[in-house]
Amino acid sequence: MTDRPQLAAVSGATPAGAAPEILSEAPRSQWADAWDQFRHHRGAMAGLFCFVSIILFVTVGPWLWGVDPGALDTRNRFAAPSLAHPMGTMQLGQDVMAQVMFGGRISLAVGLVAMAITLLLGTLIGVLAGFFRSLDGILMRLTDLFLALPVLPLLLVIIMLFREPLSQRFGTEAGIFILMVSVIGITSWMPVARIVRGDILAIKEREFILAARSIGTPPRRLILLHILPNVLSPIMVSGTLAVANAIITESALSYLGLGFPSDFPTWGKILIDAVQYTERAPWMVIFPGVLISLTVLSVNYMGDGMRDALDPRIRGR
Amino acid sequence: MKRSSLLLGAAALALAPAAALAERGSSGHLNIIYWQAPSTLNPYLSGGTKEIESASLVLESMARFDQNGEMVPWLAADIPTVENGGVSEDLTSITWTIADGIVWSDGSALTPADFIFTWEYCTHPEGGCAQASSYDGVTSVEAVGDNQVRITFGAPTPFPYTAFVGSESPVIQAAQFADCLGARAPECTDANFGPIGTGPFVVDEFRPNDVIEFSANTNYRNPDQPGFATVTFRGGGDAVSAARSVCQTGEFDYAWNLQIDPQILADMEAEGNCNVVTAFGTSVERLHLNQTNPDPSLGDVRSTAQAGEHPFLTNPVIGQALSMAIDRALLVEVGYGAGGQPTCNVLPAPELYASTANDACLTQDIPGAIALLDEAGIVDTDGDGIREYNGTPLRVLYQTSTNAVRQDTQALVQAWWAELGIDTELRNIDASVFFGGDPASPDTFQKFYADIEMYTNNFAGVDPQAYMANWLCDDWPRPETQWQGANIQRFCSEEYDALVAEMAGTADLAERGRLARAMNDMLVQSYSIIPLIHRGGVSAHAVSIEGIQMSDWDSELWNIAEWTRTPGMERQ
Amino acid sequence: MVTYIIRRLILAVPALIFISFIIFMIVKLSPADPTANLPLTIPPEVREQIRESLGVNEPLVGQYLRWARMMFITEPLIMLEDALCSAPRLPDRSMPDGCWQMVPPDTSRIISYQTRSPVFDLIAISLPQTLWVVGTSYIIGILIGMPLGIVSAYKQYSLVDQGATFFSMVGFSIPTFFTGTMAIIIFSVWTPTDAWWWLPSSYDTTHVVEDWDSFVFQLQQMVMPMMVLGLYNAAQISRYMRASMLDNLQQDYVRTARAKGMGEGTVVLKHVLRNSLIPVVTVIALNVPAVFGGALITEQVFRVNGIGYQLIQAIRGADVPMVQTISFIFAVLVVMFNLIADVLYGILDPRIRYD
Repeated sequence: MTDRPQLAAVSGATPAGAAPEILSEAPRSQWADAWDQFRHHRGAMAGLFCFVSIILFVTVGPWLWGVDPGALDTRNRFAAPSLAHPMGTMQLGQDVMAQVMFGGRISLAVGLVAMAITLLLGTLIGVLAGFFRSLDGILMRLTDLFLALPVLPLLLVIIMLFREPLSQRFGTEAGIFILMVSVIGITSWMPVARIVRGDILAIKEREFILAARSIGTPPRRLILLHILPNVLSPIMVSGTLAVANAIITESALSYLGLGFPSDFPTWGKILIDAVQYTERAPWMVIFPGVLISLTVLSVNYMGDGMRDALDPRIRGR
Repeated sequence: MKRSSLLLGAAALALAPAAALAERGSSGHLNIIYWQAPSTLNPYLSGGTKEIESASLVLESMARFDQNGEMVPWLAADIPTVENGGVSEDLTSITWTIADGIVWSDGSALTPADFIFTWEYCTHPEGGCAQASSYDGVTSVEAVGDNQVRITFGAPTPFPYTAFVGSESPVIQAAQFADCLGARAPECTDANFGPIGTGPFVVDEFRPNDVIEFSANTNYRNPDQPGFATVTFRGGGDAVSAARSVCQTGEFDYAWNLQIDPQILADMEAEGNCNVVTAFGTSVERLHLNQTNPDPSLGDVRSTAQAGEHPFLTNPVIGQALSMAIDRALLVEVGYGAGGQPTCNVLPAPELYASTANDACLTQDIPGAIALLDEAGIVDTDGDGIREYNGTPLRVLYQTSTNAVRQDTQALVQAWWAELGIDTELRNIDASVFFGGDPASPDTFQKFYADIEMYTNNFAGVDPQAYMANWLCDDWPRPETQWQGANIQRFCSEEYDALVAEMAGTADLAERGRLARAMNDMLVQSYSIIPLIHRGGVSAHAVSIEGIQMSDWDSELWNIAEWTRTPGMERQ
Repeated sequence: MVTYIIRRLILAVPALIFISFIIFMIVKLSPADPTANLPLTIPPEVREQIRESLGVNEPLVGQYLRWARMMFITEPLIMLEDALCSAPRLPDRSMPDGCWQMVPPDTSRIISYQTRSPVFDLIAISLPQTLWVVGTSYIIGILIGMPLGIVSAYKQYSLVDQGATFFSMVGFSIPTFFTGTMAIIIFSVWTPTDAWWWLPSSYDTTHVVEDWDSFVFQLQQMVMPMMVLGLYNAAQISRYMRASMLDNLQQDYVRTARAKGMGEGTVVLKHVLRNSLIPVVTVIALNVPAVFGGALITEQVFRVNGIGYQLIQAIRGADVPMVQTISFIFAVLVVMFNLIADVLYGILDPRIRYD
């Protein structure tokens, strides 16, 4: 990429810039340090910028653009991008730009919340299984169980049992949102748990853990301060992949009629619906596709930056 | 009839000195793609269209329906009628005569015993035969002489052409299936995967849910047919990719059930490699308006008689307004193309039964619908843009199965109804659940936990008697019947029930037509059901394939023996 | 280590039985119905009869026990019979002379609802194409993903790294139904049929490799599904490989090794790689059972009709015995590869001890 020389310049400049700073403002918190590091990570800042732009696009965008995503215009089916429709129109004349703006809200929300659930569940179970030998057997069998469950029938059951109670309790949209993110969360935490556990099995035998143990560090502190920071990178990678996975899974669920109603566009669903029109109306696939990829890329770069920022070995390098 | 005219045509061809009469197998190889793969070749074990149509290359029946819904004698010498003495005067029996010289593909003769066995096979109480309704009312099947089969019914049956007619109830070989009666039916895997038939092709290899290889039947009764020597019948993928493989890549010659955006199909056809063919039967895409109250707060009694009437959909004025607001022609243009025609009837065909009394609905009239509602005093009283009826806002939940075309239709209808001041919430449900009928699921079409639902229904064959009986008062789906029942919208009228009873006792065809039309009009004018589209089958074939006469009344491959390829374009 | 493996294997048995019961309950509870795909012209009474003949309405525990008996006793014995006998079975399914008949030929087997034929026969005919396509694509994914991950970690923020990041993130975030369709449009539709780079859009499962030409055809029909799946797998593996390598490249032992004058190749490929493999081994072990499970979407896009396609058809058709059996075999593989991964951890990092 083109920003390689700049990056080199930054990594060259940081030690000189950062070190005196730390000296001069002595009582700085760890988080300020991390932010400082993050701020100097070009990829991370580019990712952050891109991510914030996407967020603005989907939140402020509809308000500025003012076109109803559900408005149909059957005389303008499959219209190519133009001033009136900067991203073209869809099969019933819906404006693609309004659709991706509106759809992005749901996709982003589902992607991020489901990622958080996946990471929380996966890390929790992975840490417990990896650290406490007594829990390892039972938790890993649980993981095996979830890995082996056939997902589609499981979803049908969950949706049959919980869709209506949730819709009544929280309203249709909020109910489905809760259902979606929990369904995606509970069907995708297993790889994270296995990866975290695998790493912890190795880390907890290292000398520094032994040292921490020998001075009587309680397990909670040991896990939070000594072990978790060392498994951060696979967790970050899992998080990035989980966002992509959640956006796509949501679309597959909605496509099957298990998720949001059909008049609720989401990026993934626009993409699924549009694939058959690839030749007729390429703009229908390009814009949602690019937005999904951009989101995942920017989350990835932010994750990279965050990992570097939180790793004391790299900090100040 | 159709068949004789074809023979005449063949004879005429033979007279022309230059025209080389097609020889059996001279057209080489044929590739067919069904994007849903057949899982067995025994249509009695699986009632799915894909299984019935793939089996129709091998298994045949006494008579078939051509593209116009006319019966064509197939294994029979002629069509029995009251006039020719084949059907008894009291309408309780029908006697079919097997045409001369018909043998199974293994060389043995087709005898009445095979038909008797087929009936026993399908009516065995433990067999779970999917086509059992073809033999409804049949009390015995017996041999008369060595080439006649007499079917006796328990009651006078004005339309006796159900057993052994059409692709749904073909004859199977007694010798092959002898050990496969009742509970043993599934154990006969070899027979179910490779039935011996009388048809133009024999099964070489069958891979369930994947591919079937056929080759020409050397014992086929017509020495010049089939035109193709071998057929590969592939399954899998989806409708768009099936269309693509015929119209764009040319890997296949015939693709079935191309229910895809008509624009895409038209674009593909315009490339010039394929022709799209359609055939219309009795399928109608319709809206059912729930006549009972589906309010979730009623819990388990919703959408049943105990829940009481629907707060507003029982009022025909509202139903009429809903219907008037719909532009059926646009729905066809956007979603169906050549595979659909706007209709205002539940019973659109055959010709005899099609009413013309309701055709006003063919033109969209939103101002008229608004005026209608205004006149009836159904107006927006609280200024939220939604009309109220007796204080209840007109908000409807509109559900259907998951299918791209249906979701587009939903979106359009939602927009039109919004113009009337009616708020619509959309829902789509996976077809395996929606049509699954699981009494534990709240999302089946029978439970109808919604205000309006949309799907397609039709009837097999050409006689609507059983179909019109769907709307009897006591055929409501309800908890006592495990939610089974065909009267989905919970329509009930004593007058209608009387017409159903009258039709069951009427033999005169014209009179039956009048009764069926009257019932259709009564249903449609109650506005508990809103017919939208008369749907046809849509298939595509390579331009080099000739002789396709697509029929929606039978298997669309019913005349595959007559298919050929333009000489010089054969494939290996 | 050996006692540990034996203990785990013994413990796996009750775990698997429990898993199989949960799978069974979920599939049974699911609201899909075996008669849902039939035309609506088939009346409700007939549907009920079909369900009756399938045994759908029998008591749940009885159904489970019957499945378990066939799964754990009949089917293994039949497989053993076939393994011990070189001649094919007679038409009535009994064994030819000279072969050991362990179960009577009319013993009931696990029968699929849709095809009414033994589930294991269906698996046997679908497995080869799944292994060919999904298996090779997975190997390709590993072969591309691991070196890519190593290089992009070693040359962090270099052009190669940025390119690899872009490639893998796009590869992971664009679903296979889209990449697959694009590949078909480019290589099957836009490419003239007689060009050498034209590829068939539909996988021929009956194709037999017997000479060079048929092998070339086999390759041709595998290229597109393999690339689509391989891209996805490579993306995932390279991300984990890179992250883990980055962690280890910063460790003190790397500095020590370099200080001792070890060659850069030895340091990276021997010390760092070995210590970085744990998460990668986990990911690979997680995904190998999935190779057996097939690729639901890719198989459908290219009509590969392997296990994944059979499974989705079975789920659609509420074919309980089929879903149940495939899921169970999948569960066995999951448990097995989980164990293999644990053993590999011990080999990669001898400090990890389980006893």
